[in-house]
Order: sequence, then C-alpha cells, then structure tokens
Amino acid sequence: MNNLLIMPLLVPLVTAVVLIFFNRQIRLQKWISGLSALANVGVAGYLVHVVRQEGIQTLNMGGWAAPYGIVFVADMFAALLVLTTTIVSAACLYYAFGSIGKEREKFYFYPFFQFLIVGVIGSFLTGDIFNLFVCFEVMLISSYALIVLGGTKKQLRESLKYILINIISSALFVASVAYLYAVVGTLNMAHLSVRVAEAGQGGVLTTISVLFLIVFGLKAGLFLYFWLPGSYKVPPAAITAVFGGLLTKVGLYAIIRTFTLIFYHDPYITHTLIGWLAAATMLLGVIGAIAYWDIHRILIYNIVAAVGFIAFGLAAANQAALEGAIYYLVHDMIVKALLFLLGGTIIAYTGTATIKEMGGLMRTRPVLGWMFFIAAMALVGVPPLSGFIGKLLIVEGGLQAGFYWITGIGLLTSLLILYSMMRIFMNVFWGVPKRPLSEPKKGTGWLLLPASCLVILTIVLGLGAEWIYPYVNQAGETLLNPDQYIQAVLKE
Amino acid sequence: MEILMAFAIGILFMVGTYLILSRSLLRIILGTSLLTHAVHLLLLTMSRLKTGAAPLLGEKAGNYVDPLPQALILTSIVISFGVTSFFFVLAYRAYQELGTDDMEQLRGHDDE
Repeated sequence: MNNLLIMPLLVPLVTAVVLIFFNRQIRLQKWISGLSALANVGVAGYLVHVVRQEGIQTLNMGGWAAPYGIVFVADMFAALLVLTTTIVSAACLYYAFGSIGKEREKFYFYPFFQFLIVGVIGSFLTGDIFNLFVCFEVMLISSYALIVLGGTKKQLRESLKYILINIISSALFVASVAYLYAVVGTLNMAHLSVRVAEAGQGGVLTTISVLFLIVFGLKAGLFLYFWLPGSYKVPPAAITAVFGGLLTKVGLYAIIRTFTLIFYHDPYITHTLIGWLAAATMLLGVIGAIAYWDIHRILIYNIVAAVGFIAFGLAAANQAALEGAIYYLVHDMIVKALLFLLGGTIIAYTGTATIKEMGGLMRTRPVLGWMFFIAAMALVGVPPLSGFIGKLLIVEGGLQAGFYWITGIGLLTSLLILYSMMRIFMNVFWGVPKRPLSEPKKGTGWLLLPASCLVILTIVLGLGAEWIYPYVNQAGETLLNPDQYIQAVLKE
Repeated sequence: MEILMAFAIGILFMVGTYLILSRSLLRIILGTSLLTHAVHLLLLTMSRLKTGAAPLLGEKAGNYVDPLPQALILTSIVISFGVTSFFFVLAYRAYQELGTDDMEQLRGHDDE
C-alpha cells in the first residue's frame, strides 16, 4: 500500500483540470503545464527508486482487497515505462511551447496533452483488465482531439479513419474482456493469472489470448499497422512525437503484460504466432521506410519496424530476450520522440517534407545535423549508443530460443533502417541547398533544447548501461516469474 | 436463453460489419453503434442469464443477478456514447469542409 503509486497519474490529471479554466491565458498555461511536467518526472523517478529499494508496489483503491477492488501495481517494468513517459512527454511539451501556435493553444491543446499522459500512465500502472480498457479510452479520446485539433482538410480526412479503426478495436477489446470474464470470472490481472493457471490454458483460453493479441496488435501496430502511416502524418510535429513515442508502446506494453502474466502456458501456439507477426512487421515496416522520400513517412515506418523488433523479444521469451525487449522499449520511446522532434525542426527550417528537395543543411545548422546523426546511430544500434544493448540482448535471446530465421530478419532490418536513416542524413545535410532556406524565425533555436536533452539521454542510456542494467534486470525477473507479481497483489 | 442471445449478437455483429464496410460515412457510424450494442449485449450474456433479483439489497431475495457486468456495461456505454458523438460531429465537419460523404473520395496520399 503506497499512495505514491497514484501520483504520476494524479499530477497530469489535476493539471489538466486546472488548465481548462485558463484557456485564454496562454502564458499561464505554459507555466503550469511546464512545471507540472517537470514535477512529474521527479515523482516518477522517485517511484522507480522506491520500487528498486522495496520491490513491487501495490495500491488497493478505496481499501478493497485485491480481487474485489481495482488495484494499481508498479513493478519495475511499469515504473521504468512511467519514468520514460514523463521524460518524453516533458520534452514534447517544451517543444510544443515554441512550435504549436496560438490557434491551437487557445483551444485546449495543453489540457488534451495532459489527459493523453494520464491515459498512458494509467495504462502502465493499472492491475485490472477493464481498468486498462478505460485508461486506453482516456488516451485514445485525447489522441482523437489532438489529431484533429486545427481542423485542416487532411487532418479531418485521416482522423475519420483513425477514429473508426480505434472504435472497432475498442469494441473487440470489450468483447475479449466479456469472453475472458465468462471463462474465469475475474478481471484483476493477478487473479486472472491464478485462475488461468488453475484451469489450464486450453483451446478456449488460447483463442481468447489470440483475440487479445489482435486487439493490442491493432493499438501497437503489430502487423495490423495499416491505419498508422496516414494518421501519424497529419498532426504537427510535437503531437506526432508524442504519438510515435508513446501510443504504440502502450499497446506493446499490454501485449507483453498479458503474454507474460496471464497467457504464458501455451507458448508453442501464442509465442510462435507473435514471433512470425513480429517478423512480418519488421519486414513490412522497413520496406515502407526505404520506399518513401518523405521524411515523416520514413520515420513512421521506422516506428512499425521497431514494434516488430520488440514483439520478437517477447516471442523468444527467455531472460536475455525479455530484458532486451524492455531495454529496447525504453530506448525506442526516447529515440522515436527525438527523431520526430528533429524531423519537425528540419521541416520548419526547409519548408518541405520531401528529402529530395532539401540539401546542404549542415552548413547553416550544424548542431541540428549532428544531433540527427547521433539519433540515427542510436536508432540503428551502433555500440556506444542506447539502441545497441537492447538489440544485442534480443538477438542473443532469439538465438537461444532457436528463432534463427526471425533473428536473421531482425538483423537485416537493422541494416535497412541504417540505409533509410542515412538516406535522410545524406540528402538533407550534405550537398548544396536545392531551394532557399527560410530565415530562422525568432526563438526557433529554443526548439533544439528539448531535443538535445533527449540526445544526452540516449548517450547516457548507452554509456551508462552498467548502471541501468540492474533496473532492467529486476523488471525482466518480474516478467519471467509471474508469481512475484501475483504474490505482491494478492498477498496470500 | 444464452443461445438465443448469441444468435442475436451474432446478427448484430454481422450487420455492423456489413455497414462498416460500406461507402457512406453515415452508414459506417451506424455500423459502429450497432457493433457497440452487440458488444454490450455480449457482456451481459457472458455473465450467464440466470434468473435472480435486480442487484438491490432492498429486494431481500435469495439470489441476485451478477452486478459486475452491469457496471462494466454502464462504463462502456458512456465511453462509446462520448466517442460516437465526437465521431458524428467530426463527420459533420468533414462533410462541410470536404464536401463528400463517400469514403472512396477520402482516399489519397496527396499532401495538399
């Protein structure tokens, strides 16, 4: 029992409610949301510290014991993701201060942003499957508002599709919960795990688990990513960075949680299926990444490829692979947000999104150029940077589990991601400018500050791996031994 | 009784899916609301439709119906109500701005 657990959720929630009253005072909105974002990073950091010291933290809402009330659980995995979420969202928020524009700020941009963070953090911390659905909806409804805010034609067109696909996947989520409740008669995740273990995961439960895989795969872009490229292209850079950094990762978190805690009894069917879906996702994502000349589309297809890689780590399901998946998930949230922030800055400077029409940006913008280079290297997984350790562990785990083909596909994917990123770098920063660069507007240098914080973080995550590994190790242990989670929640 | 409900829910799913695959945006939205109806009935059905009193302790009955799915359905109803109203207004805005209700004409990768 620990009220600290609810704090990362409460801080943005209270901030959002307060911000609704000040929609005309933009300066005040910036101050309140900026300070609360920083405070939340501190709270989440303290939560990670407490989980490290004292093990899994649980909080029974309203004092009702675990299977009967809603329980919030922070194991190391969830705590690390909450910390990463607060950092990434703070960086995107500070980027939004300089880039989002008055028209959006007046119409409740900052409250929507905070509600989105509430949904994401709630999804990470909840220990109840229907509460997970509600947190998903909080996140999705805020994302509907953010994607359409501004109301240009393309935004309207793409948000229609985005909302439709999410309504369908939410309906499927409720249907899956209904089936699961009919079979095992509980909604608490730890209690579900116990009941599923008692009943034995037969044909019915495996079918339900595949239904959950479809639902979360739709959210995460695991193979079912057809909605993603269109809808992530239309909102402004700060919003796309939050979406790319956080939304798909919540779906991935849900997949990892359900298939390590609840449905882990029949890995031959479920985990093999996840493995091949992951391989297809990696291949299709990277084909998209090398097919386009549009900087946003290249980055969006890189999200898809990374989702496949992390899901492969889950499919291999041994210690090395799960630790790799956790490490890579944290790294990927940071690096994807960073790349979208840098991509947005590049577009702001050059006035186009097509890399064929850019060039020579290194002469006028060397800092931006080198930051993009470091981010690209981190994404590919070049040794001193953050992507390397996660990739190494996943490859090691994949080989141990005997998934030779899929490991090969993963390594090939890394090569093609390197190609796609270097194509951006060489076209945008080398050569001569193909069109006159727009004069830097006043204060656009500010935009690089939040991005540079994330660059430093990727370097620290890479060089400080020795220091971070114990945390990842603890997170991986909980995923490998669901009993720890169950003991902490049900306290028999 | 559950068998009968299963057929009714199946038909709702079928009609909803058919409507979602059509071209007119309005029919698609109607399809999504049929789909949510189906899902809510499914939640009700999957908790067994055994006879019992309404879940009010004042009834002083021997056995009650399961109260949990009713709470879940109520939560899900208001969520889908909010989303559906947002979707309707969005469709209205899209019709005003884009001048079409036909999903085929909303295609395209063009970046305007």
